[in-house]
Amino acid sequence: MRHRLARVVCLISLVLSAVLAFAQAGGELRFCIYSEPKTFNPLLTADDASDTIRYLTGGVLMRLNRLTQEAEPELATSWKISDGGRTITLQLRDGVRFSDGTPFSAEDVAYTVQQLMDPALHSPTGDSFRSGEGKVITRILGKNRIAITFPAPIAGLDKLFDQVAIMSAKSPEKEMAVLGPYYVAENKAGAYLILKRNPNYWKHDSRGRQLPYIDSVRLDIQQSRDIEALRLERGEIHFINSIDAEYYDKVMAQNPAMAHDAGISLDAEFMWFNQAPNSPLPAYKKAWFTSTNFRRAISESINREDLVRIAFRGRAHPAVGPVSPGNKFWFNANLQPHPFDQKSALQRLGQDGFHLQDGVLRDREGHAVEFSVVTNAGNKYRERMATMIQQDLSGIGIKLNVVTLDFPSLIERMTRTFDYEACLLGLVNTDLDPNSQMNIWLSSSDNHQWNPSQKTPATAWEAEIDKLMRAQASTLDPNKRKQYFDQVQAIAWEQEPFIYLVNKDALSAVSPALHNVHPVVLRPQVYWNIEELSLGTSEVARNR
Amino acid sequence: MLRGLAKLAAKVLIVVLLGGFLGATLVRLAPGYGVDEEELDPRLNQQSIAALRQAQAPEGNLIVSYFHYLDRLLHGDLGVSRTLQRPVVELVRERLPETMKSIGLGLALGWTLGLGLAIATVMSRAWYLDLFAGLLAGLLLCLPAAVLALLFVLAQAPARLVLGLIVFPKVFRYSRNLLARSSALPHVLMARAKGLGNLRVLLWHILPTATPQLLALAGVSVSVAFTAAIPVEALCDLPGIGQLAWKAALGRDVALLINLTMIVTLVTLLANSASDLMGSKLRRAEA
Amino acid sequence: MKWARTLAIAFLVTVSATCLLANFIAPSSYAHQFRDVPDAAPSRQHPLGTDDLGRDRFSRVLYGTRVSLLLAPAAALLTSVLAAFVGGVAGFLGGWVERCVMAATDLFLSLPWLFLLITVRALLPLNVSPVTSVVITFALLGCLGWAGAARVVCADARALSQSDFVLLARASGSAAMRLLWHHLVPNLKPVLYAQFWISVPVFIIAEANLGILGLGVAEPLPSWGSLLRELESFSTISGQPWQFVPLILLVVVVSSFHLVLTHEELPV
Repeated sequence: MRHRLARVVCLISLVLSAVLAFAQAGGELRFCIYSEPKTFNPLLTADDASDTIRYLTGGVLMRLNRLTQEAEPELATSWKISDGGRTITLQLRDGVRFSDGTPFSAEDVAYTVQQLMDPALHSPTGDSFRSGEGKVITRILGKNRIAITFPAPIAGLDKLFDQVAIMSAKSPEKEMAVLGPYYVAENKAGAYLILKRNPNYWKHDSRGRQLPYIDSVRLDIQQSRDIEALRLERGEIHFINSIDAEYYDKVMAQNPAMAHDAGISLDAEFMWFNQAPNSPLPAYKKAWFTSTNFRRAISESINREDLVRIAFRGRAHPAVGPVSPGNKFWFNANLQPHPFDQKSALQRLGQDGFHLQDGVLRDREGHAVEFSVVTNAGNKYRERMATMIQQDLSGIGIKLNVVTLDFPSLIERMTRTFDYEACLLGLVNTDLDPNSQMNIWLSSSDNHQWNPSQKTPATAWEAEIDKLMRAQASTLDPNKRKQYFDQVQAIAWEQEPFIYLVNKDALSAVSPALHNVHPVVLRPQVYWNIEELSLGTSEVARNR
Repeated sequence: MLRGLAKLAAKVLIVVLLGGFLGATLVRLAPGYGVDEEELDPRLNQQSIAALRQAQAPEGNLIVSYFHYLDRLLHGDLGVSRTLQRPVVELVRERLPETMKSIGLGLALGWTLGLGLAIATVMSRAWYLDLFAGLLAGLLLCLPAAVLALLFVLAQAPARLVLGLIVFPKVFRYSRNLLARSSALPHVLMARAKGLGNLRVLLWHILPTATPQLLALAGVSVSVAFTAAIPVEALCDLPGIGQLAWKAALGRDVALLINLTMIVTLVTLLANSASDLMGSKLRRAEA
Repeated sequence: MKWARTLAIAFLVTVSATCLLANFIAPSSYAHQFRDVPDAAPSRQHPLGTDDLGRDRFSRVLYGTRVSLLLAPAAALLTSVLAAFVGGVAGFLGGWVERCVMAATDLFLSLPWLFLLITVRALLPLNVSPVTSVVITFALLGCLGWAGAARVVCADARALSQSDFVLLARASGSAAMRLLWHHLVPNLKPVLYAQFWISVPVFIIAEANLGILGLGVAEPLPSWGSLLRELESFSTISGQPWQFVPLILLVVVVSSFHLVLTHEELPV
């Protein structure tokens, strides 16, 4: 009797394990990307689709764990930063092969770094490492040991390597030979890409089983978010990495378990005034836009709570400055969003000689305050925000004209002709470290949006910001860096070169068929742990 | 006959080349030419941004760069797409069949429905059928392509057929009016009075009178289908040249746009020339 | 059919009168955002509910009708007149004139006019009034939409110019202008009416799509096109049928145009 029972138990366990194993293994993960990837060269990725392919196929030396926000060993088992932050010495994993079988060694790392830092390549990832002038020196210390020396110290060096996918120096397949969990198996131009599991992937789970669990990934190129949401509803795709607020509400209503709000994202929506002295605007308008009182008054006239509640359906928070509260370490917690106070706004404007006359705000020369805000067409959130700000500003007698433009026309106005008055855009922050915003805050930079490429800082506060940003980049002590950057945030809050409006929440929607999902704020929000995700019915879900 | 064909070929060549040049002019003169979204990447340093801007800068003035393009064209090189980083020849080769399929299906559906309903309306002389067909055509005209595309996805119907529903109301409206006018002509009334059956009246008396205009409409409907293919392919993510044209327009990709303009001009010319030829053959046969 | 036509005329007159009196009929301004009630269902204060920014939809439909009902037919008329002129003259004169004009028409049909529209937007000042912007948009659409119809008009004009009554008029010594105006144009009406009828909704929708280029109507001025764009988020409106009112209104107006224009009854 006991033997029979034991046999039955064994049989059941075997069956269950087989089912579990079946549920864990295999299957095809399906989700959408919004355009064709422009390049498969991981060093040149600058668009979302190419970044997605790079994340899924690229092997990196250290991976920033999106949950803990700490650097973890990947192809490098250990590393040491020395020489004041200029040199990093890496011990590499042994016995690793590229997807085509080519062995991985320090030579490949050296090759990748040299390619990355080649000034002729103009890699955006490479530019993040370019802390100073001079060459990067790579010294191969052994088959699996390499030291890389940069010309100047780089703060947060180890986390930056999360963006560098190692390429093979020798493989005939060039960038298509990869070290990540998947490789590109099929590319139907304009329609879809199929990635298959890398047979030589080095990572194994705690039971010694080779990862990834999911056999293949199908990326459908789908521009329309409406159709994407429909497809998720129908079960044709497994998740939407970053879903719009109205669809999130719909998913929430239909199946709350599918809706995930990871909290405040790192992204910001903001507005700024054109302060470029060589812009074709009339002098009186330039005087308005360069006045701190004017900008602060506009900021105080905008009802951010309403923007959050109505434009974003409550799935956002009023923004404070360049860093969102979602960036826990770097956010200056002493700062609050500017309050909605039109009385105070009018007082500030009064200090600059503005006055209300028959419901119309006029400057001291009698010009009626009227200006336009340009934003990129097709972005529902921004169009809504601009229209709401239009009503808010009419409350203090300002006439705002909303102009939506196609993106190239907008960029031309912003960067070439400077023929615009105010602009409403957003910033997608993929990096926690404020160094990633260096080129926005340095007054000499081309990306210093409100007044780019200054030969010398136009104002004392911009000079101060230049000093502080350089100071935080040249020290490795995170607390000191935070002190400097907190001051930058305080100045930005005071001077409002960017009128920060909202920080969106990181919203995603995930099918119950996908397991081990932990949506986070850092990109890629849903599939950051792709190799550990598995597909199966909820009855045999495996809990980790 | 040979002289006629040679003249036609010459006309097609001149118009296509002119089309390419004018298309390039429109793109070059429009704002946003020579800028790249990637310039706004905050990671890029000044040298990289300068290099990016240099790469976007046009090669010389418009006429010079067009001649360079023609020179490359003679060697079979259609240029490289800036937005997709691939040779234009490859892109066109991959995507043209897709669009041709969509347009073929779209035109077949549009004409079958449109002409069929028009004939039914005119021959049956039933006011309720006319009203129903008019309402249907009106409804389809009033629905934005984006909504039609969504409806198709909802119904899980092949997205290609959206083109048919866009072509149908225009074909129906024109052919209904043309056939109605033909059916009111004296010789048709005479034929009916003499007791000829409906089918004979239609095929021998009504259709022939309206045929030249219907042929012209057929030629124009090819162009309409091409124009409609752009938003439909972009919305439904069909990887055809319509989607390519939309991306190229948004990215100011001159290399792609010149070639696509020339392809569209060529197809439009051929379709309309074919309908003209058939029309003139019919006239000669009648005469 | 006569009753249908009378009904159509009455409907068009009612709609026109209503939108002209919008200032008196509309419960609120088309721009005011009632921020406490975004996406609201119909109620006494808001007969068609509110849109995503809390603006009264009924008021927006009224004012939007004013914009679209005036400008779209005007643009459609412009297109039809241009098509009639180009196609009519080409078909009537025939020969090399016809061949050149039709080749030019084919070229016109193939060019990417999107860039002209973008260029026009760039030439306009940023602070142009929404009304000016939308008038210019429709004028441009009217100037660009004639090519397809011109071909059909040309074929029609060619056929007509060889018909007996025109030959008779020619033989009697009628001048070319008289032939064109008195004999040709009236018989081109079926094609021109078709063109007019098609152009009205096509232009309304095109104006909405041109919002992508900054042309078309600017916030907060509504138009039918911008109201129709609400329907593009189909997934989110399934439970809100009142959002279809602008579409139904457009369909009924377009059908009324159809009934009014076709005064050739089908032969009995």
